Parts: sequence; C-alpha cells; structure tokens
Amino acid sequence: MAIITALSIWIIPILIGMILVHGTYKGIPTYETFVDGGKEGFSMAISIIPYLVGMLVAIGVFRASGAMDMVLNTIKPFLAIFGVPSEIVPLAIIRPISGTGALGIMSDLLKQYTPDSFIGRLASTLQSSTDTTFYVLTVYFGAVGIHKTGDALKVGLLADCVGVISSIIFVSLIFGR
Amino acid sequence: MVNIIWVAMLVVGIVYAACNGTMDKVNQAVFNSAEEGVTLCLGLISILVFWLGMMRIAEKSGLLTKFSSLFRPILSKLFPDVPTKHPAMGYIVSNTIANMFGLGNAATPLGIKAMEQLKKLNGNKNVASRSMITFLALNTSGLTLVPTTVIAIRMKYHSAAPTEIVGVTILVTICTTTAAVLIDRFFYYRRKRKGRE
Repeated sequence: MAIITALSIWIIPILIGMILVHGTYKGIPTYETFVDGGKEGFSMAISIIPYLVGMLVAIGVFRASGAMDMVLNTIKPFLAIFGVPSEIVPLAIIRPISGTGALGIMSDLLKQYTPDSFIGRLASTLQSSTDTTFYVLTVYFGAVGIHKTGDALKVGLLADCVGVISSIIFVSLIFGR
Repeated sequence: MVNIIWVAMLVVGIVYAACNGTMDKVNQAVFNSAEEGVTLCLGLISILVFWLGMMRIAEKSGLLTKFSSLFRPILSKLFPDVPTKHPAMGYIVSNTIANMFGLGNAATPLGIKAMEQLKKLNGNKNVASRSMITFLALNTSGLTLVPTTVIAIRMKYHSAAPTEIVGVTILVTICTTTAAVLIDRFFYYRRKRKGRE
C-alpha cells in the first residue's frame, strides 16, 4: 500500500522531468512549445463551463428539493448488503453516459463530503478510471458509419460495472472506509 | 439519454419541492450551482494549461511516439486480425497513449482514424468487426495515468493530497481494462460458437 501512495506522489514530477529532459535532448524550443500547448488548456477549461453549469444546477435542484435524499434513503438498505455506498449511485449511473455530466456530479460529491473522505476518494477514482462508454460508442461508430454495433455496448457497460466494483474494493483497501 | 436524466433531475426536483415546501432552497440552488460551475471551470484553467503545455513538448520531442513503440507489442496481441504494419495499428497505439496521458481531445480524432482503418480492413461493411469491438472495449475502460481534471477539482475543494488517488486509479484501470478484454474475448467466442463470426 505504501508503494501505491508513493507512486501517486512521484508519477507526475517524474513525468514532468522526463518530458523536459527528453525535449531539451531533442533540441525542442521547450518553453515556446509549452506556451503554445498551454493555450489549448485555457480554451478547454472555458469550453467545459456550459456542461458543468447545466449539470451542477440540475443536481443542485435535485438535492436541495430533498428528492435526492428520498431516493438515496430508499435504496440504501438494499445497497448496504453489497457494501455499496448509496451516495455514489448517481455518479455510477451518469459516468457511462456523459463525461462532463459525471464531472459535475463528482464535483458536487467532493464539495458535499470533502475530497479526502471515503466518498470523495471513491468519486475521484470512479471518475478517473473509466471512460464515457456511450460517448465513445456514438462518436467512433457514428463517424465511420457503423450501424450494427454487435456486442460493443454490452462489453463496455459490463466493464463499467467492474470499474465501480473494483473502485469500491481498492479505495476501501488502500484508504479505509 | 443524458437529456432525459438531466430534465428528470430538474423536473422531479421542482415538483418534489412544490409538494414538500422546499422551493426556497431549490431557488437558491439554481443560482449557487450555476456560479459554482463557472468558478470550478476557472479553477481548472491552471492545471489544464500546465499539463497540456507539457504534453505538447512530449508530442513534439517524439516522447509519445516512444511510449507508443513500448506498447505496440502488447496491443498487437489484442488485435490478432490487424496486421502489425497496418496503419490501423498505428492509430490504435497513438489513441491509447493519448488516452493514458489524459489527452482526450487528441485521442478522439486518432480513435476515429483507427475506426476508419478497421472498417477498411473489414471490407467497408457497416457491421462492427471483432477488432472494432475490442478497440471500443479498450477505449471505454479508459487507461488513464494522470487524471488531470479530477486532480484540479480535488485541489479546488482543498484536498490535503489531491494526487493521492493516482495510484488507486491506475490499479482500478488495470482491473477494468483486463475485465474489458476478457469480456470482449468471451463474447467473441460465444459469437463464434453460434457461427456468427
């Protein structure tokens, strides 16, 4: 477990070091290239705004009205049998459908439960470890005109289930509940 | 699908509030959440600018291509129907690497290119081939090394250790990807048994 924690701290600085040393070695104008790529990051952050505002307002209304607590309390005893925290359910449902939507729900969970809580860590892991199945399916198959998708959706969604289960197991194991 | 869920959350919320007298809270939530959405995105700028800047260097210096050649042998095992020298393989590898480094925007066009090539390999039929399904499985299980946006949002909400989830994420990703590959194989052999492939 200590290795996992160390890995989390080391991986980003090591990658940065590697990129810079390799770039300099290859004679790349590193600073100019960095600035050029960075501009894209700015427009990316701005382009997420409408998605996040839309999703956060919806989830905010749903939560503030009391409807969310009602739903979560109803399913709680059932999920508790399997050790699944009910708070994570909205995220698990949205994750395969909309990436930015899931990002909104994750942000909401981090705010409600703090990022360093069990729910906060679980939400972060779930958001990072899988991709948006429906999006990938629609965009990739749509772009090249594949109409019969075969078992693709089934495979994707089953893998997402494995993602939820293994997130719960590993986050509980490494950080405790 | 996302349209239905989005509308359902809002409408159910408003109707529930009307029945339970929580309309004032709902009213507040609309404005607070909208503001939250904007501040959150502004907070993302810092890390996205930095990371995409770094990745541009990695791309220009050929480091990403190096990583690609490292993963090529493993990936070509997963696609027995694709010849190793075929351009499809090249796109599949670059797409996987782009996804690993959290370059979603760069990954999508590469993925579409890969699909185009796979379709050509499959005689331009409009049916998903075995390799296409495997490629999709790999993509949806999402191999991520550095989840930049998630780290940024954790920072925004004052996490004591924003990057502490990186290790777990990699572990979980390995699990899901392995599962995706196994499930994909299972369905392939099932199709084969039924004589559909």
